Amino acid sequence: MELFKLGIKEAQEGLAKGEFSSSDLVKSIIERYHAKNDEIGAYLTFDEEDALRLAAENPKAVPIAIKDLINVVGQPCTCASKILKGYISPYDATVIKNLKASGFIPCGRVNMDEFAMGSSTENSGLGKTRNPYDLTRVPGGSSGGSAAAVGGNMCIAALGTDTGGSIRQPASFCNCVGIKPSYGRVSRFGVTAFASSLDQVGPMTKSVEDSAILLKALAGHDEMDGTTPRIDVPDYAKEIEGASMKGLKIGLPKEYFIDGLDPEVKRITDEAIKKCASAGAEIVEVSLPHTEYAMAVYYIIAPAEASANLARFDGVRYGHRSAASKDVFTLYTKSRAEGFGPEVKRRIIMGTYVLSSGYYDAYYGRAQRVRTLIKRDFDEVFTKVDALLTPCAPTPAFKLGELQDPLTMYLNDLFTIPSALAGVCASSVPAGFTAAGLPVGVQFICGGFEESKLLSVSKAFEDIVK
Amino acid sequence: MKIDVAYVAELARLELTDEEKSVFQPQLENIVKYVDMISKVDVEGVEPMMHGRAIVNAFREDIVRPSLPTETALKNAPQRVGDEFLLPKIVEGAES
Repeated sequence: MELFKLGIKEAQEGLAKGEFSSSDLVKSIIERYHAKNDEIGAYLTFDEEDALRLAAENPKAVPIAIKDLINVVGQPCTCASKILKGYISPYDATVIKNLKASGFIPCGRVNMDEFAMGSSTENSGLGKTRNPYDLTRVPGGSSGGSAAAVGGNMCIAALGTDTGGSIRQPASFCNCVGIKPSYGRVSRFGVTAFASSLDQVGPMTKSVEDSAILLKALAGHDEMDGTTPRIDVPDYAKEIEGASMKGLKIGLPKEYFIDGLDPEVKRITDEAIKKCASAGAEIVEVSLPHTEYAMAVYYIIAPAEASANLARFDGVRYGHRSAASKDVFTLYTKSRAEGFGPEVKRRIIMGTYVLSSGYYDAYYGRAQRVRTLIKRDFDEVFTKVDALLTPCAPTPAFKLGELQDPLTMYLNDLFTIPSALAGVCASSVPAGFTAAGLPVGVQFICGGFEESKLLSVSKAFEDIVK
Repeated sequence: MKIDVAYVAELARLELTDEEKSVFQPQLENIVKYVDMISKVDVEGVEPMMHGRAIVNAFREDIVRPSLPTETALKNAPQRVGDEFLLPKIVEGAES
């Protein structure tokens, strides 16, 4: 039996019935890793011994692949950056503690864009990941390793992180379900920070039900992350039982149905809308008038926060230290120059610029005000509809090396950024394939802490597409 | 507004090669030009949004708890002496 093909739900059922053990699951994933990783490159490192030890100690646990910016004690945590090559985590992130307490174990470290900055995983400083559906194409990013591992059946499920679309866009490219939880739903303690007012950890899985099970394990208040409120975590898997489109009001934000949309993405999204309508959902056109400013707001706020967060990589306490440094100043400048890749450098410079004296109010201060207007658009629209349905990414997976200009690459996140800025929850759910066989997902968006509703509409959609 | 990449990189403690400077300069000018579009939005009287949700101070009890053991905390140090991180001399004229 090819156990690596299983999802969480099936794995849990098999473990409960005693059909196989956690060690059997891990062994099957290791076999698959050896067969496929040279080709797909989903994993950066895989500590087989540690995975087998954890499985032996927890014979009913389901292994989960971990994006390489989430700390797991004793494991590397490089953020796919040369600056953290050789770094070994001294402690478990809260999400890892939560996983371990809920019948899961971490298993393998998956690739990503360096420090989660990118939309193709090509910015990884440590490895190349290919799309399992077409090896000449990117898996998306920044959680490209997670998406390739799930889509390529190289794991049971994976954790990703989403700052402006980094779970949803790769999920769309690799035929997985991805959930970006509401801001504050999941703790970030022990997750290397990119843009702290946006970052969220979320599940990337083979089905919506699997995402519901995994999110339940991840979510909740953590006293080590002050942004997590004491709001109960529902049993999401139970909440989505009997999910249906009947009686749901689904909004189509007109700003997301633009002329430049890839024709195949447009066709698949249009078909998705028709399927929702014939399954009983009421479809209405709505407007989020400040959408056009979202990308500009994001590319001020995210680099600004990143430039502050990445100041900690200075060659002093951990990470790469330049051998060429003569004094403290060159220790900083040379260690960072040698350790960071080009996209990270660009964003640090951009972020430092918008925060610098004389520009702060015009850029960072103003962007925060426009962000309020974007959030108000969502508050307003969710008084009228249960969920929004939009394309997830403007195109299917593109070719490796195809997008060279940074600004063109940024446009990948056009549809995922506004909801990230608003702090609401959103999903990417597989919707179909292009003529060339590339997967395409659609995005559902619900209000803040409305994960039950988000997962229900996603499940109802999955059921009608299957 | 024009971005001076070499100057900002120095503020960010980032050494750039001449080649990087010449590649980044037009790329970043392009990005700055793009984000400048927010200057036309009317934000009069609009409060800034600092976080993904409205957050007031999140306090927890001030209790002394065990932190990472020194040896664990120093494990990833690029250079150390005893229980300390080793760094080049910082204060001018001081003994190293």
